[in-house]
Amino acid sequence: MALRQCAIYGKGGIGKSTTTQNLVSALAELGNSVMIVGCDPKADSTRLILHAKAQTTIMSLAAEAGSVEDLELEDVLKAGYRNIKCVESGGPEPGVGCAGRGVITAINFLEEEGAYDDDLDFVFYDVLGDVVCGGFAMPIRENKAQEIYIVCSGEMMAMYAANNIAKGIVKYANSGSVRLAGLICNSRETAREDELISALAAKLGTTMIHFVPRDNVVQRAEIRRMTVIEYEPGAKQAEEYRQLATKIRDNKNFVIPTPITMDELEELMMEFGIIDDVDESIVGVSAAAEATA
Amino acid sequence: MSQEIENIKASYPLFRNDEYKENLANKREAYEERHPQTKIDEVFQWTTTQEYQDLNFNREALTVNPAKACQPLGAVLCALGFEKTMPYVHGSQGCVAYFRTYFNRHFKEPVACVSDSMTEDAAVFGGQKNMMAGLENCKALYKPEVIAVSTTCMAEVIGDDLNAFINNAKKAGHVEQDFPTPFAHTPSFVGSHTTGWDNMFEGMAKYFTLNHMTDKQVGSNGKINLVPGFETYLGNFRVIHRMMKEMGVDYSLLSDPSEVLDTPADGTFRMYAGGTTQAEIKDAPNAIDTLLLQPWQLEKTKKFVQTIWHQPATAINIPMGLQWTDDFLMKISELTGKPIPASLELERGRLVDMMTDSHTWLHGKRFSYYGDADFVMGLTKFLLEMGAEPADVLCNHANKRWLKAMEKLLKDSPYGQNTKVHIGKDLWHFRSLVFTNKPDFMIGNSYGKFIQRDTFYKGEEFEVPLIRIGFPIFDRHHLHRMTTLGYEGAIYMLTTIVNAVLEQLDKETKGMGTTDYNYDLIR
Repeated sequence: MALRQCAIYGKGGIGKSTTTQNLVSALAELGNSVMIVGCDPKADSTRLILHAKAQTTIMSLAAEAGSVEDLELEDVLKAGYRNIKCVESGGPEPGVGCAGRGVITAINFLEEEGAYDDDLDFVFYDVLGDVVCGGFAMPIRENKAQEIYIVCSGEMMAMYAANNIAKGIVKYANSGSVRLAGLICNSRETAREDELISALAAKLGTTMIHFVPRDNVVQRAEIRRMTVIEYEPGAKQAEEYRQLATKIRDNKNFVIPTPITMDELEELMMEFGIIDDVDESIVGVSAAAEATA
Repeated sequence: MSQEIENIKASYPLFRNDEYKENLANKREAYEERHPQTKIDEVFQWTTTQEYQDLNFNREALTVNPAKACQPLGAVLCALGFEKTMPYVHGSQGCVAYFRTYFNRHFKEPVACVSDSMTEDAAVFGGQKNMMAGLENCKALYKPEVIAVSTTCMAEVIGDDLNAFINNAKKAGHVEQDFPTPFAHTPSFVGSHTTGWDNMFEGMAKYFTLNHMTDKQVGSNGKINLVPGFETYLGNFRVIHRMMKEMGVDYSLLSDPSEVLDTPADGTFRMYAGGTTQAEIKDAPNAIDTLLLQPWQLEKTKKFVQTIWHQPATAINIPMGLQWTDDFLMKISELTGKPIPASLELERGRLVDMMTDSHTWLHGKRFSYYGDADFVMGLTKFLLEMGAEPADVLCNHANKRWLKAMEKLLKDSPYGQNTKVHIGKDLWHFRSLVFTNKPDFMIGNSYGKFIQRDTFYKGEEFEVPLIRIGFPIFDRHHLHRMTTLGYEGAIYMLTTIVNAVLEQLDKETKGMGTTDYNYDLIR
């Protein structure tokens, strides 16, 4: 089986890292050889696999050693649960330097050092929520991730973000082979959430690949720095992640997304009662002004 | 094929030997996938047409030979003009290599300038560590008394904060708290080398005066400050010194690299030589006024002089040509109460005499030229004074207010009625103009030589000779030591320009028995 590289995007705080690690654990359980590449200066994409607070990152090791050229692969690559390989790109403290450049440097390093070996079945990139600059698009540039999964929920901002990410993918999809592979709904238990995300997915030209329900076992596992798959393999939630993993393994539905306009998106949300019809007469009117009107 | 040891030839004329001609032709045939010469000529001819020019001027996405350089280059030159000051560029090493070679090739002098060599991890984590080590090393190795910090694109794109980094470096003890470290943010992707000079000068003025203004009193030291701006003619620094001394005016030339960029070969290497002292810049707010010799290129400096030093920064034009030198000297005289001395009147008289001697040769001659905003404007003024006609005038970095001022200047002269002024355009635009609106001469820096070659390729009658006045001049020696400001500068420019005209006439009339009826001994 050829190596499949997948990138996980989505609004910040939506549960990308948790979902990715559970999903990857399930894939490993199915007998796949998997690597996670954390592309976020916070470096919290591998802690549930490694049972660690935060993995030492490529960039912090490079800073210590003086340059990336002084590093070797085994310095940065750690194996965790079911031999899942873990790497964190790392990056600067908030407010200094350039985190995007850190992602570029780290991924170039992994390529040059041959981290993508033939035994791997899957690589997952867990990318910072806001694709603020070109650096965070590094995982979907030529010859890297070809499948993108967007984690979202039925909340307004999560859907905005999903649509914006789809816009970003179009730029790269038209000139390369990167494709949108589906939406993963990480439930926030909003009304008719599965229908809504399915509808959004349809508009974007893809599908909701799986609906992951909310379950406290995820938090319980997380406190122990473990995935649900490892902490309580018999849990119902573990089964959900296994289903997600199976669907992703068997997924063949890769598309160039068709992002929608803001108006269309708002219409969709209105249809599902997420937002009310906009009353243009109240836009920009303060409470005090309303009182006197 | 081999060279003879007693007669080593350069590529020209070596490659004119038959064996090389054959070799190069074979290489072209076998590997270069070259279009046939007829096709190349067809495209070449097309690039000389009005049709191509229209397309060229609609160009949106590309700049070809911009006729300007980047901000830190200007910042480095400004810093070199201060005593025992090391220009320090926070960012990538290659940029500094470029600044140094650029100045080397123009001044034929070594140029001291350091970089803190930001590499990949510095790009990610920010360059504070580089700043700390860089300042400490620079001071220990090169023993400057001032380190003037500017930036490259790399540091600017990631948003490095010079003020914070330098202060942190001082707090951590890498250099003493009171060691002078003026700085300026100089992103290369904004403005030009003249903006960078302006920014660095403001940085200097800020560092040495901003927090020391309470005991300052405008006019209390009786001096006039002169700020040159991005100036590369070493004679211009010298002529300013001379004119002020002849007038008996007490003055400070704020930034003067004329010593460090012209050190003698006497067996002693000088990393630092001459330059404006710290005492002078610290005392600058006490002067009667600060005059900006290149006012269009010193916007930030002007604002600083007016708002912090509370001096008027009296408006002047670049002191180039006859009238604007008159205006400059009269302004100095007015501000200081010192009369213009007989020696300068004599010098002026000589210039006027020369102008009357030569004007018949320049009258109606058409010139197209390019360069920095103030140089271009001063040259325009001088050419109009000589009765020469500017054809196309180009300045990439100038703004719309400059354009309007230029158009007014041209409109007010009978010789400027047909002139077109271009801003935001590059030398590839200029090339089109030289073909479609053929002038008699181009004036500009060395890059114009390629346009001259192209016009010559079109045919001898289309050739437009280049007169080298500007920056950089890489392919002629020692022209950077000449003078373009003051009466002396006008004398040099007049000599250069009129003799170019006469050279060209000789070239055109040396055909024995054909054109030599005007090949005169006396002109």
